[in-house]
Amino acid sequence: MSATTLSAAGAIPGPAKDLRVSEALGRSRHRRNMIVKALCFAATAIGLLFLASILATLVWRGMAGLSLTVFTTSTLPPGSNGGLLNAIVGSLIQTLIGAAIGTPIGLMVGTYLAEYARDSALGNSVRFVSDVLLSAPSILIGLFVYQLVVNPFNGFSAIAGCLALAVIVIPIVVRTTEDMLRLIPATLREAVIGLGAPKWKMITLVCYRAAREGIMTGVLLAIARVAGETAPLLFTSLGNLNWSTDLTKPMASLPVTIYQYAGSAFQDWIDLAWAGALLITLGVLAINIIARLVLRRGV
Amino acid sequence: MSVTTHPSHGLGALKTSPTEDLNTAKIAMRGLDFFYGDNRALKGIALDFPNRQVTGLIGPSGCGKSTLLRVLNRMYDLYPGQRATGEAMMDGINLIGDDVDVNALRARVGMVFQKPTPFPMTIYDNIAFGVKLHEKLSKAAMDERVEWCLTRSALWGEAKDRLHTSAMGLSGGQQQRLCIARTIAVRPEVILLDEPTSALDPISTLKIEELIDELKSDFTIAIVTHNMQQAARCADQVAFFYLGEMVECAPAAQLFTAPREKRTQEYVTGRFG
Amino acid sequence: MQQATVLSGKRNANWGDRIFAGLATTSGVFVLVLLGAIIIGLAVGGAPAFRAFGAFFLVDAEWDPVQELFGALVPVYGTIVTSILALVIAVPLAFGIAFYLTELAPGWLRRPVGTAVELLAAVPSIIYGMWGFFVIVPIMAKVVQPWAIDTLGEVPLIGFLFAGPPFGTGILTAALILAVMIIPFIAATMRDVFETVPPVYKESAYGLGCTTWEVMRSIVIPYTRASVVGGIMLGLGRALGETMAVTFVIGNTNRISTSLFGPGNTIASIVALEFPESEADSLKMSSLLALGFILFVISFIVLAISRMLLRPRTKA
Repeated sequence: MSATTLSAAGAIPGPAKDLRVSEALGRSRHRRNMIVKALCFAATAIGLLFLASILATLVWRGMAGLSLTVFTTSTLPPGSNGGLLNAIVGSLIQTLIGAAIGTPIGLMVGTYLAEYARDSALGNSVRFVSDVLLSAPSILIGLFVYQLVVNPFNGFSAIAGCLALAVIVIPIVVRTTEDMLRLIPATLREAVIGLGAPKWKMITLVCYRAAREGIMTGVLLAIARVAGETAPLLFTSLGNLNWSTDLTKPMASLPVTIYQYAGSAFQDWIDLAWAGALLITLGVLAINIIARLVLRRGV
Repeated sequence: MSVTTHPSHGLGALKTSPTEDLNTAKIAMRGLDFFYGDNRALKGIALDFPNRQVTGLIGPSGCGKSTLLRVLNRMYDLYPGQRATGEAMMDGINLIGDDVDVNALRARVGMVFQKPTPFPMTIYDNIAFGVKLHEKLSKAAMDERVEWCLTRSALWGEAKDRLHTSAMGLSGGQQQRLCIARTIAVRPEVILLDEPTSALDPISTLKIEELIDELKSDFTIAIVTHNMQQAARCADQVAFFYLGEMVECAPAAQLFTAPREKRTQEYVTGRFG
Repeated sequence: MQQATVLSGKRNANWGDRIFAGLATTSGVFVLVLLGAIIIGLAVGGAPAFRAFGAFFLVDAEWDPVQELFGALVPVYGTIVTSILALVIAVPLAFGIAFYLTELAPGWLRRPVGTAVELLAAVPSIIYGMWGFFVIVPIMAKVVQPWAIDTLGEVPLIGFLFAGPPFGTGILTAALILAVMIIPFIAATMRDVFETVPPVYKESAYGLGCTTWEVMRSIVIPYTRASVVGGIMLGLGRALGETMAVTFVIGNTNRISTSLFGPGNTIASIVALEFPESEADSLKMSSLLALGFILFVISFIVLAISRMLLRPRTKA
C-alpha cells in the first residue's frame, strides 16, 4: 500500500511481452475455438437429424398403414383388415380419467408447497419426493398399481390403468403449479389479503386465476406424457383385442397395441403399429405445441 | 460470432515506446456512432484519451458513457444487433474495424466492470488465467507476475497468504482490486473502468481511487463514474456526455469550475441528472 | 349485534381457511405416503424371492423358470452398462447442443432449435423403440457392426468388445437408443443452467481476450458444475428405468456378454417381457417385483443426487 512498495514493484517484471509468442498462442487458441464450435454445430445437427429421422420414418411408414378403417374398426386377427378404434378410444378414456384423477391432487400438492409450506421441513420433503416421482421409472408405477389394485382384486382393469397414469400425472402438475404460483408477485397477494379476503379465497379466486395459463400448460404436458406411456399399462389395463369401455375390464390402449403389433410377424399388424405410432406422436407433439402457445399467450 | 481474421493482421503490430509524449492520444475517436438495433446510442463522438492520463466520463444514466467503453474493447460484438461505425484509432488501427483480432485487442484494452467478477477459481488462478491466454510463462515468472500485479493493485498484503484459496472468499472491495489486478496482469495499454466503485464502501472506494492514480504512470485509463467528486479526484481530463453526445471535454479543474457549455454547467451544479 | 356478525363472519372465513389448508396439507402428505407405498408394495411383493434366494439373488446370473431359479445379476448388469454407455454417448452431444444454443446459435435460430430439442424429449419412448428396431438395428447389422468386427475386432486387448455375429441388436444398440432419448433432457437442463450465469462474468472473461470456448470452459462450466452434473444424473435416472426403447433392441437374453454387440437384458426389459408369462403370486412374479425394488432403489439414489445438485436451495 505504501508508496515505496508500489514504486519498488513499478516496473513490469519478466521479459518484454513477446508478440510472436502471443500471436502463436492466439492462433492456436483461435483454432481450438473454431474446432469446438464446429463440433457443437455438428452435435446440434446430429440431434436434429435424429428428430428428423424419427419423424420421417413415422410419416413414411405410418401413412402407408393409415386408412379410414383404422378409425372405424377395432383390432382384428391378422389378415382381416382390422383397425385401431378400440385402442384409440381406450387411450382417450384412460388418459383423460388418469388426468382427471391426478390433476386435482397435483394442484392441491402444488398449492400446499407454494402457499403453505415454502420452507417447512414437511414441505421440503414433499417437494423432494415429488421431484423424485417425476422421473421415477414408469414401469415401477405399473408394478406398484399391479400390487395395490390388480393382484388383490384379482384382475386387470382399465381403472387400474387410470390409477397408474394418475400417479404419473401428479408430480408433473405439482411442479408446474408450484412454479407458477411462486411467480405471482407478493404485492398481488397483499392486495387481496388487504381487502379482507381469507387466504383460501385469495388462492382460489386470485392466485389460480393469475397462474391459469401456467397451470393449464402443466396439465397439458402431463396429458401428453401419459398418452404415450406403455410400460405402466402392461401390468394394469393389460390391453384388450375386443371393443370394451367397461372400466372394470381390461382395456386396449394405443401404446400397448403398438407394442404388441410392432413385435408381431404379420405385415398388416406392423403397418397398423406404424399408423398408431404416427397418430400418437402427432397427438403428443400437438399437445406439446398447444401447451407452449397457451403459456406464451399467458406470459 | 466475432469477426476475426488472422491474428497477425490485427493489433500488436505496433508497440508503445516508453518515450511517447504524454499528450499524444492513445485512442482517438472521430465520428463514432453506436447502434442498439435502430437506436443510435452514440452520436458522432470525437474524443481523445491522452497517453498515460486518466479520462473521466460523466453524465446522467443512459447518456452513452458506459456504451463508449463497451465499444472500445468490442464487448458489443457479443450481442447481435449492436454495431459501431466511425473511427476509434489506437496506434494507427481502427479498433472497430472488421479486420481487428478482437481477442488480441481485448488483451491490449482491458476492462473492469461495475460489480466485482471474480472467476470461480483461486486468487492465483484468477490472475494466471488471463496471462496464460496471451503468454507462455515459467512457473517462477508467473509467480513474479502475480505478485507484481497484486502489489500494484494494493492487494498483495491481504492476499499473499491465501493465494491458493477461492477468490470468492474475498470482500467486495478486495474482489474489485483483484479484478483490476487480473486486468493489468495481461499488461494492457489501456484500462477501461466502468463505475468500478459503485458497489463498494467508502474505504474500498478510496483504495481504488489511490490505485487509479498509481496506475496511470503505466497505463492509459478511462473511468466512467456517476460520482463527480470521484471524477474530479481521479481524472486529468473529464468528458461530459448527454443523450449520446459528447458535450464537452476539458481538464478536470476547468470542466467543473468553468464549463463552456450550459448543459455541462447545469449537470455539474446538480440541476439535473 | 353488529360485533357478533363480524365475529361470526370471521369464524366462517377461518373455517374455510382451515378446510383448505387441511386439504392442501393432506395432499402433500399423500405424496409422501405414495412414495412409501411404492417402496413397500415392491418390497412386499419381492419378499418371497428375497427369502428364497437371500443375498445370493443379487449375484446370481441364473434365470431359469423351469427350475425356479432366479437371479438379478444379468439384468442389473445390463441396466447399469447400457445406462453408462448411453451417458458416454449422450453427454458430449448434449453438451454440444446446449453450448450451441446458449452461445453460438444466431438469435433467430435459438428458439426453433430449442423447441425441436424439447419436442424430441416429448416423443413417447415406444416410438424410440420402434424407430430403433426398424431403422437403427438394420443400420447396425448391415453397416456398423460388420465394419467394427472386421477392423476393431482384430485389435488386441479391445477386440473382444466387438466380437460376435452382427445381429444389429444388443447392448450397444440399446445404449445408442437410450442416448438419443436422454440427449434432449440433458441438453435442455444444461442450456437452462448455462443461461443462469450472469452476463457480466462472461463479459469480464471476454474482456481479458478469451475465446467463446475459453469462456465456456473456464467460467460457465465451473459456475454451473453442480447443476450440470445434476442434469446428467437426471438423464441417467431416465436411462436406468427406460423400458420400451430398450426392450425392442437389446436382444433379450439373460447372459452377460463381453461384446458390445452381444445381446442382454435390463431390469425394465425383463420385467416387461416376463411379466405376461408369470403366474400371480408365483416365485417368478416375486422375483420380477424384487427386480423392480432393486431398480427403484438405484433410481431413487440417482434421482435424489440429481435433485440435490439441481435444486440445492429451495428458497423463493
